[in-house]
Amino acid sequence: MAYLKKSPWLLHYDASSCNGCDIEVLACLTPLYDVERFGIINTGNPKHADVFVITGGINEMNRQVVKNIYAQIPDPKVVVAVGVCATSGGVFRECYNIAGGVDQVIPVDVYVPGCAARPESIIDGIVTALGILEEKRTKMKEQEGSA
Amino acid sequence: MTSIIAAIAYLVLAPLVGGLISGIDRKITARMQGRVGPPILQPFYDVAKLFEKEDVTVTPSQNTFILSYLVFMALTGALFFAGEDLLLVIFAFTLAHVFIVLGAYAAFSPYSYIGAERELISLMAYEPMIILTAVGFYLVTGSFYVGDIAASQAPAILYLPGVFVGFLTILTIKLRKSPFDISTSHHAHQELVKGLTTEFSGATLGKIEIAHWYETVVLLGIVYLFFGFNPLLALVAIAVTYVLEIFIDNTFSRMKWQTTLKSGWGAAAILGFLNLVVLYYFYLGV
Repeated sequence: MAYLKKSPWLLHYDASSCNGCDIEVLACLTPLYDVERFGIINTGNPKHADVFVITGGINEMNRQVVKNIYAQIPDPKVVVAVGVCATSGGVFRECYNIAGGVDQVIPVDVYVPGCAARPESIIDGIVTALGILEEKRTKMKEQEGSA
Repeated sequence: MTSIIAAIAYLVLAPLVGGLISGIDRKITARMQGRVGPPILQPFYDVAKLFEKEDVTVTPSQNTFILSYLVFMALTGALFFAGEDLLLVIFAFTLAHVFIVLGAYAAFSPYSYIGAERELISLMAYEPMIILTAVGFYLVTGSFYVGDIAASQAPAILYLPGVFVGFLTILTIKLRKSPFDISTSHHAHQELVKGLTTEFSGATLGKIEIAHWYETVVLLGIVYLFFGFNPLLALVAIAVTYVLEIFIDNTFSRMKWQTTLKSGWGAAAILGFLNLVVLYYFYLGV
């Protein structure tokens, strides 16, 4: 059954964002957008998370951190890169300390553009991610069945 | 025979009732905050999802401890609804919590360690009051058996107002509501990552959730005992009590663990104990 889509728990990580996208991510939780009506909860714990939301480009200091958090999230999981910095590095792309977008370190499933990304597009990105999450679960189940 | 049927009915129905209460809780909470809120069935979706996730276990023993937590919590409620000895119910209840603390300790992690320590503190904070509640029922009805207490026509609430308010205080601790949600909390609250439950994921976390539903029903069952002389009034009292807990949760921020300890023991020493002293000297029981 597709309960995963009805109860996605988010983990939000700020890689090296200017805080613009972070504020927009948090805006999704406010009464105006209220993502909890879709069962979405912002957890602070990777072990409880299903969707990994990253804002900002990856720098050399947190490359390992992002990998570590990603590894701690139980399967099936999806990664959503929010904002132009997270998708490609944005204006910081050429900086000496920036590795680039999130996809330089871990596989990204959904790219949400914008500077800063609007709450509407963040919610849209997460809803898209839920479809991918469901696909991954089906795949995981098939593998379990064949193994 | 009826007691066995009641126990089985509890084992089957309590998760449904507890889950629904939790769903209504989240909806009312959302409305209090001016949000739409999740569907009423959201807690069931959450638990069903947790059972779909990958099993990530840090130490194998933690799963045994959490299973024991669930089993003993179900046993607590089964004993309660079978009308058994209230003291035995309280012992099984405490034992269940010892298991979840052991589970958190087994999972070598600083977050779950602090969560476990805080859970022990809250255990210490509510235990005296819950035992005084049982003693209060004994003084009023002359029996420790839940069946006798529930059937008693003595209006327990009129004799035990202090004990009742004291019990409401520890109910806030037990339901993991602010200001006493020090070890772990519900909804989107975060504290010490997730405290006690940090290292549990997937099906194990699902079991903790189900155990909490069982627990909620037992605790509200104790509220019923105060109004056992009039079942209808009792149900209204349970509803009012729970909405009051949600209101408290949304009004207060989380406080330090010292506040939990002081409130729990303060309630027991002042409200509970004084109530019992007055009762003991002026009323000799039925």
